[in-house]
Amino acid sequence: MADPKLHVTDQEGKRHTLVGISGWRVMEVIRDYGLPIKAECGGALECATCHVYVAPEWLEKLPEKSEEEEERLDDAFEVEDNSRLSCQILMSEALDGLEVTLAPGSEP
Amino acid sequence: MPAGQTHQTDVIIIGAGPVGLFAVFELGLLNLKCHLIDVLDKPGGQCAELYPEKPIYDIPAFPVVSGQELTDNLMAQIAPFDPVFHLGQTATRFEKGDDEWTVVTDAGTRITAPVVVLAAGGGTFQPKKPPIKGIEAFESASVFYAVKHMQDFANKDLVIAGGGDSALDWCLNLQPMARSVTLVHRRPDFRAAPDSVSKMFALVEAGKMRFVQGQATGFEGEAPNLTGVNIKTPEGVEHVPADAFLAFFGLTMKMGPLEALGLEMENGLFAVDTEKFETTTPRIFAIGDICTYPGKLKLILSGFHEGALMAQQAFRYCRPGERLRFQYTTSSSELQTRLGVRDEKSKSPASISPA
Repeated sequence: MADPKLHVTDQEGKRHTLVGISGWRVMEVIRDYGLPIKAECGGALECATCHVYVAPEWLEKLPEKSEEEEERLDDAFEVEDNSRLSCQILMSEALDGLEVTLAPGSEP
Repeated sequence: MPAGQTHQTDVIIIGAGPVGLFAVFELGLLNLKCHLIDVLDKPGGQCAELYPEKPIYDIPAFPVVSGQELTDNLMAQIAPFDPVFHLGQTATRFEKGDDEWTVVTDAGTRITAPVVVLAAGGGTFQPKKPPIKGIEAFESASVFYAVKHMQDFANKDLVIAGGGDSALDWCLNLQPMARSVTLVHRRPDFRAAPDSVSKMFALVEAGKMRFVQGQATGFEGEAPNLTGVNIKTPEGVEHVPADAFLAFFGLTMKMGPLEALGLEMENGLFAVDTEKFETTTPRIFAIGDICTYPGKLKLILSGFHEGALMAQQAFRYCRPGERLRFQYTTSSSELQTRLGVRDEKSKSPASISPA
């Protein structure tokens, strides 16, 4: 199967389609494409600067939030029910077509 | 080192992360003394603040090392060179002199040296600011990210936001003197110490403070004077009267304070040559994540290399007229003496002897 695609809407509202690699964190794919994501702790669950909103239809297909991720989201802003830290979502064939939006506070 | 004093040294390093720390070693081998300035209250930079426990796998000769271990080892490695740390301070002004620079910090410390090294990584750690429109305009009088003088909050209506220890501690500490305290947090669970959480809920039970589940989204009042905070709750927007808003959402790195120094930058970074790692401003160098050049990789190991080359040119500025002798720590008795590892009795090199 082809590499899973990822659709990312940036803070300006522009939608980008990225090609992910299974096993990569969504945050890493977004960063690799040079889109504006701060992700300053590099996936250590220490900063909440890779905060994204996941399109509602994808929410149930994602692995559940850990307690650590929920706690770290306390340091993010404008947190919604579909808020996730993109360093905690691994790309996979099952997530081909995943749709996320970069949240305020994730810009570099 | 107490703040507000005047110092003269060889090299001023802005940023006490791993790259700034290792620069002390390379400069120390050349007998150059260093003063370091860092906004954090401890050395280590990102490694200590953001991921002290995160394992790092790409430091040469360390199959795995945590951010804190790396910092501790670097501190041990540079101890022989007695670096002077100015912690909890931000460089706010560079003053150009004849063949030297004076760096002034927000605490009034003045350090003068022939060479300045920027090793500030992703910038200066600053409190995260909620994305509320016009928040900056309120910062001088009614929006705060830290408490400097508790008395400033006496008899005021306070809204405190956050779910960690800072938010909870300040609720508990300020509640007795404030007119009212409202804690705002997005969920009913807190990651703060359980004891503080129970004390907070006890105060709420006793009617001595309020807890509102939600997120602050807007301000009322004419800047800089706040009259209320709008809080988005699951039930709708609630307006809470307030004289002061205190936000505790952790720290994030910002280039702002460095940009304010007025030095030439390229896309928010400092362009350097790859021979000396000097910026376009003479005697000011940049190493680590904060510098840019063709092929630059943001790796700790690249920053170590950049520091070693920077030190060569720093020596030429600091010791004009003196010959720079390149020596190895394995064989040079001079370097071993500086490192405090030379066996004075035998007077023999500690390791390799010439063939």
